[in-house]
Amino acid sequence: MGELRGRITLGENMKRNGRFFRALGVTSVAVASMALMVTTSGASSSTIAKGKPVTIGISLSLSGDFSSDGLAFDQGYKLWAAAVNKHGGLLGHQVKLDIVSDASSPTQVITNYQKLISLDHVNLTFGPFSSLLSLPAAKTVARYGYAMIEGAGGAPSVFQAGLTNLFDVSMPVKDSLVPFAKWIVALPKSKRPTTAAYVTTNDAFTEPQIPVAKKIMLAGGIKTKYYSVFPAETTDYTPIADAVAAAKAQVVVLGSVDVPTVSAFMQAFEQAHYNPKVFIATGGPDQGSQFSSVVGVKNANGMMVPNAWYGKATTPGSQAMVAAYVKKYGGTAATVSADVAEAYSVGQVTAEAIKATKSFDNAKIIAYLHSKTAKLSTVQGNVKFDKLGENNDATAFTFQWQGSNFVQVNPTSNAASKPVLFPKPVWGS
Amino acid sequence: MLDGVLTGSVYALMATGLTLIFGVMNIINVAQGILVILGAYLSYTLNVHLGIDPFVGLIITIPTLFVVGVVVERLFMARLKGPERTSMSILVTYAISLVIEGSLNMIYSINDVQIQTWYVNRSFLIFGIYLPYIYLFGFILAVALLASLYVMLYRTRFGASIRASLADQVAAALVGINVKRVSTICFGLGVAVTAAGGMVYGATNAFNASTSYDLISRLLTIIVLGGMGSLGGALLAAILMVTLGDVVAVVWSPIWSSPTFFFVLIIVLSLRPQGLFGKQSARVA
Repeated sequence: MGELRGRITLGENMKRNGRFFRALGVTSVAVASMALMVTTSGASSSTIAKGKPVTIGISLSLSGDFSSDGLAFDQGYKLWAAAVNKHGGLLGHQVKLDIVSDASSPTQVITNYQKLISLDHVNLTFGPFSSLLSLPAAKTVARYGYAMIEGAGGAPSVFQAGLTNLFDVSMPVKDSLVPFAKWIVALPKSKRPTTAAYVTTNDAFTEPQIPVAKKIMLAGGIKTKYYSVFPAETTDYTPIADAVAAAKAQVVVLGSVDVPTVSAFMQAFEQAHYNPKVFIATGGPDQGSQFSSVVGVKNANGMMVPNAWYGKATTPGSQAMVAAYVKKYGGTAATVSADVAEAYSVGQVTAEAIKATKSFDNAKIIAYLHSKTAKLSTVQGNVKFDKLGENNDATAFTFQWQGSNFVQVNPTSNAASKPVLFPKPVWGS
Repeated sequence: MLDGVLTGSVYALMATGLTLIFGVMNIINVAQGILVILGAYLSYTLNVHLGIDPFVGLIITIPTLFVVGVVVERLFMARLKGPERTSMSILVTYAISLVIEGSLNMIYSINDVQIQTWYVNRSFLIFGIYLPYIYLFGFILAVALLASLYVMLYRTRFGASIRASLADQVAAALVGINVKRVSTICFGLGVAVTAAGGMVYGATNAFNASTSYDLISRLLTIIVLGGMGSLGGALLAAILMVTLGDVVAVVWSPIWSSPTFFFVLIIVLSLRPQGLFGKQSARVA
């Protein structure tokens, strides 16, 4: 008996296999049915009943590493929705934003958009903050046929995915530092800095910018004294900042995404009595009062940052948005984060596409945004998408803190640009 | 190197609370990170709104956080019983950290802030290097508080009660020690030291409530390396972690800073699973 219990006969084996294949078949049908249900339930509704709002699903970093930017995006999206609703909404439907937090996590952002589409049945989706989150978000919504219009996902890696539903209304990040680098090399030889230090976090937004600037500056005769990449999860910047200070380069180009990183480098530089002639950071100084209140207005003096918009921009609708911001959240034009304009621009582009197609159909919106006839205008300027969704009409600017004012300084040929405060004043003055 | 020692001492101060609580109560307080940030926000508030120097403000913030610790222990920790107590403590303290994080976000928003006083950005020249005042003051504060804790543990009657409680709670109770009271006070002390650690952290880093996640991962790493429950281990591990990271960042590359430290951590734990100074029974070194 013991032997028999241990054996499996051919018949039993066939029965087992039969059960296995039946189970496999049932599972396959169940999975296929679920996939179909998800697809059909997730498909956007292009018609909205009269009196019902159009819902827009958004995942934002309301906690975690990008929380400051996430908050500014939240403000920008809400300001746009309020402005649209004040004027009758979109095709007669009031706009309702369904915002959920992703805690700055690239995995949570996927879950959020799946939930927004499959369970909440939102009609449209707007992008999250940062290239790190925009790419997985765009891939996710693409499976449901949704357009992903976003304002902060301009890293080359985002577009290299070849998605056709993705549209970034802002400037492609790789060219952000070009006006700055060109300004440096165009300085008279007697004034031109001769050495530079480059240090960047290994982030999809910052890393592509640095080699472009370095190449231009090297060609202009500016030697590289220091180059380093540090991990995004770094919490103690002091040894890296001390190494930069020890190199004593005249120009510092910092690839940063947030205020704490820039603040840590500034603090370490001041403690090391190192004051570069020029200090530009790719992100952080553009955060308005969030930046100046952390580092102090006097320390902010002379700090530079590339971007496509600032609080005193005269592009159509810009000052109206700034006025609405100040009325709702306080502060001044100089303290409005560029993130607010990026988010607001997402709404504007979407509204123009809906108006042009007279529809909430995502397929029609995607086709329209790719069309050559699309004429799109935002608070950041004109928008023209290429086949990968990059905005080819965007212009890169450089901005600088001058006292308590945040002013445009590059390109110098632009009429709105003010003279650069050069060299950067010593810390605290 | 010097930066590593100075900064490490502050991390040691934050981790001390964590290791003290574990040593006496077998509770893993994952809310320690957010409590450090709470301490930073309290110092920031006193400084910005009342003009009180952050170091002077510790007279207010340390007792405040002691009370917070006592209340948390009485309301939540004291109710945890049975063999699952330690694992349950992780869930409970995580829930507490989420509540505090949400409250801080509501009160202060998620914008970053930083404590600013005259000595935060300044430094002085000594032996050819610039030594930042804030790191020096932070180091002195950390050494003073760690020394006070040491004296309390080894030179006072109450310290003897604590050490007896962590050696054997049943035996301690049998000789008349009020173990519940000792536990409550220890939890309060463990939370109170976050006021000092948070103040120095808030003066050297921009922070918001979410910063706590970076902190708690570092603090847990420190007490695992030093040995759960060991004060001396926490101090040594904190200095080792920061110094090693700094040296690798400068000499080799910042990219290899964390991997090198964790490689060392794995080696140490494979040779001594209890950490550098961890012990089975009496956990305070």
